Amino acid sequence: MEKIICVCGHENPAGTKLCGKCGRPLTEEAKTSKIVDMKYDGAAIRSKTRNKSIIDKIWNFFSSVRVGITLIIINLIAASIGTIFPQEFYISVSTEPEKAAYYEKTYGSLGKLYYELGLSNVYSSWWFQVLVGLLAISIIVASIDRGIPLHKSLKNQRVKRHESFMKRQRIIAEGAVTEGDSANTMNLVEEKMKKLRYKVRRDGNALLAERGRFARYGPYINHVGLIVFLTAVMLRLVPGFYVDESMWIREGEMRAVPGMEGYFIENEKFILETHDNQQTENQELQGVNVVAKNYQTDVKLYKQADNSIPGQADNLELVKEYSVRVNHPLQHDGYAFYQMDFRLNEIKAMNFELTNKETGASLGAVSIDLANPQDEYVINDQTKVELMGYYPDFSGFENGEPQTATPTPNNPAFIFKMVTPDKPEGEISFVAIQQTIEPNGDNTHKMAFNSVETRNMSGLTVHKDSTIPMLAIGGAIFMIGVVIGSYWHHRRLWVEQLEDGTIRLAAHTNKNWFGIKKDLDAVTAFAHLPTYIDQSEDDQDEKEKEGDSTL
Amino acid sequence: MSLIDISGNLLFVAFIAYLVGTLFFGGAIKSTKPDGAVNRADKWGKIALVVTIIGFLAHLGYFITRWIYKGHAPVSNMFEFTTAFGMFIIAAFILIYYMYRLTALGVVALPVAILIIGYAAMFPNDVDPLVPSLQSYWLHIHVITAAMGQSILAISAVAGLLYLLKAIDPKAKSKSRFWMEAVLYFGVLVVGFILATVIFRGIGYEANFTYIDTKDAEAEMVYNMPAIFGMNEYTLLTDDVMEPLVEMPPVINAKKLTTVFWAFVFGSIIYLVIRLITRRSILDMLHPLVQKVNLNLLDEVGYRSVLIGFPVFTLGALVFAMIWAQEAWGRFWGWDPKEVWALITWLFYAAYLHLRLSKGWEGKKSAWLAVIGFAIILFNLIVVNLVIAGLHSYASN
Repeated sequence: MEKIICVCGHENPAGTKLCGKCGRPLTEEAKTSKIVDMKYDGAAIRSKTRNKSIIDKIWNFFSSVRVGITLIIINLIAASIGTIFPQEFYISVSTEPEKAAYYEKTYGSLGKLYYELGLSNVYSSWWFQVLVGLLAISIIVASIDRGIPLHKSLKNQRVKRHESFMKRQRIIAEGAVTEGDSANTMNLVEEKMKKLRYKVRRDGNALLAERGRFARYGPYINHVGLIVFLTAVMLRLVPGFYVDESMWIREGEMRAVPGMEGYFIENEKFILETHDNQQTENQELQGVNVVAKNYQTDVKLYKQADNSIPGQADNLELVKEYSVRVNHPLQHDGYAFYQMDFRLNEIKAMNFELTNKETGASLGAVSIDLANPQDEYVINDQTKVELMGYYPDFSGFENGEPQTATPTPNNPAFIFKMVTPDKPEGEISFVAIQQTIEPNGDNTHKMAFNSVETRNMSGLTVHKDSTIPMLAIGGAIFMIGVVIGSYWHHRRLWVEQLEDGTIRLAAHTNKNWFGIKKDLDAVTAFAHLPTYIDQSEDDQDEKEKEGDSTL
Repeated sequence: MSLIDISGNLLFVAFIAYLVGTLFFGGAIKSTKPDGAVNRADKWGKIALVVTIIGFLAHLGYFITRWIYKGHAPVSNMFEFTTAFGMFIIAAFILIYYMYRLTALGVVALPVAILIIGYAAMFPNDVDPLVPSLQSYWLHIHVITAAMGQSILAISAVAGLLYLLKAIDPKAKSKSRFWMEAVLYFGVLVVGFILATVIFRGIGYEANFTYIDTKDAEAEMVYNMPAIFGMNEYTLLTDDVMEPLVEMPPVINAKKLTTVFWAFVFGSIIYLVIRLITRRSILDMLHPLVQKVNLNLLDEVGYRSVLIGFPVFTLGALVFAMIWAQEAWGRFWGWDPKEVWALITWLFYAAYLHLRLSKGWEGKKSAWLAVIGFAIILFNLIVVNLVIAGLHSYASN
């Protein structure tokens, strides 16, 4: 590879802007500008040195900060589009045609277009994920491209820099000391800068005071954190890393936990509490009468004993008893149970009296457990009720046959055959809520509705997310990096005493010029240095063109 | 006097203090004559800062007494959050003031806080009970840190506005002159909104309607301003009030649209009156006030505020939010509109920080970016809360 040899004899890789050893400007641009570009301390970055193969071209594309910013903005816009109308997972219909109808009905033709373009499910669309992926590539490439040369040049800093380097810094000073003996000046500078917690190195008649160099690594650290975080998010696609199941469980019921083999959970009780406050103005505005205070499911978590047959609910060991509440999930073995939903007063059992219509005399009571209906209910030798049909969610007749919409007992209906001493051949009756049909004409007996037993049902979700530790680590690295990069600043001061005793001084910081100037004021007063000038303040237009652009 | 009354009075004291503080800050930066102006400015600036700190302490007193009264941090509805946001903006201003001793910032920071508190006061200030998902100590940690982050970021917009007030020539026609006047006009609209609400509330205006909502069910709605826009298939129930002029489809909340309409009417009237009386644009009036400020320093303050605010915002609005979401719902991220807009805010400031690395994005451009960033924060506060319903929505109707 081509090298640039500086006047001082140092060999620099092609693309270097400022000589790594003495700091002389090497490019035409650097030579003519009033303030040198101190980005990466003038080191050559890969994307600026190679542009031959296709890999170089791809690399150069992704290493560009401009491309990175463009990708950030595109991601930003894409994310915002997803908030125009609610996303599909927030609407309560499940099938595709229902969704299409929902968007069209609720939001008109714009809603229809939104749905058809797939914008109602933006965040899981392939193109959104590609956009995030491109941003991730840009973060990785740009960090490697710039981070390594920057690290090298910061590590190999020389104390003495060439005049042309010093004079092209933003803050400079040159002149005789204002007071006292110039022979002692460098010692005074060293003393003061050390007091200001700078690291001071001296080389002959030159001095370099430096502070907060690690701040330069902040952006690279936070980029590592971001990549760890995004990798963890991708890991969730790997089977076993991520479980997200939901289950409905009734009071008194025990069910196998989906996605968590060998475990059973029992719902002892579901509790809903409300605040007993006066309705506030906000509640009125929102049309809310009462505000929920607590959603809670008291559960028992069981584990199968070793060597049991999968799914077998006998031989269980109690693992934990817990009250699952919102914000207080039950946690066990990497899994967590969250309180998500509930349904109150589901019919559990219906109680009937087998009654003689004329006399009103009862022949006996029948209680039907809807979760576990029996074929027949025997009252005595001559009296029994056969359950010929059960329709948990009766929705009407089709071709004379009763239909059920769902298996949930929302509107239970039955076909009974009542066998009594009077009618040993049995009488058939169809019984639904507030409806009785007697297909064979007038019956002597009826199943009189007596009472209903209800219970509550709780909706829990079962989560396991093995990526959480990695997400947490990624997040922590990011925060550390961003704090280092934002709250600390890399400040440097170069001072050289010339042959005639006069002082030449230059200063640079990556951020917070106000802060470094305070330090400079202090050292100027202490060591009687010549007054410094800020070259960027001479000419506003010039400054806007030049900019100070450092990482 | 009960604790909640004390709390309300303290907020009022803070509001007045900020108004007085603004006047003193104005006085501090105005003087340009050499007759000891520097000293006078210094004196006025000191008084202004003392008044501001008194206001802030009263504001903090409001926050703490309300917290004690409610038993949890008062950040759980629109009134409370917005009021707290105003308080943190003042706190961030005081912080930046002590770092840079830049008196001029107060001239913009205080009015911004005043508008925000005034806006907050238009929402019901009852003490609402907490729904189960908000009953967590993360409510305090997440919301307060996020609000602090937003407030520090807002100071960059304050510096940006000040920068633009000076840098834009009000005599020369330019795009930036137009947009700057538009920003100032928006500030007047907020005043219009406050005025419209106060006036109609003062005369006790009320009109009851029934209408058909998106689920085809009949619902009721009370308007507190003369209905310009009517809800879907509305029926007016109150006598002697105005019939709506236009009926809206069910997906649009015509009541809120009516409020926006009246805010525009009142705001525009105020704006026109100002223009007619002074015969100048607002920019032209404010421009000479800020001639003393140092653009370079303002640019740096703007950048620095983003640098200080960005990590705080990340921590509060993203990291703590994710931890809480993981605990409450079992997922750290759910693409809820408020979450998405926090992410958008974060991406925007990330873009800002990266743009500062490239040439030519300092000064004016940077100032505009800071103003846009603040606009996104306000969008997240106002539009996302009130229009785009989601888990974070304070007002679902």
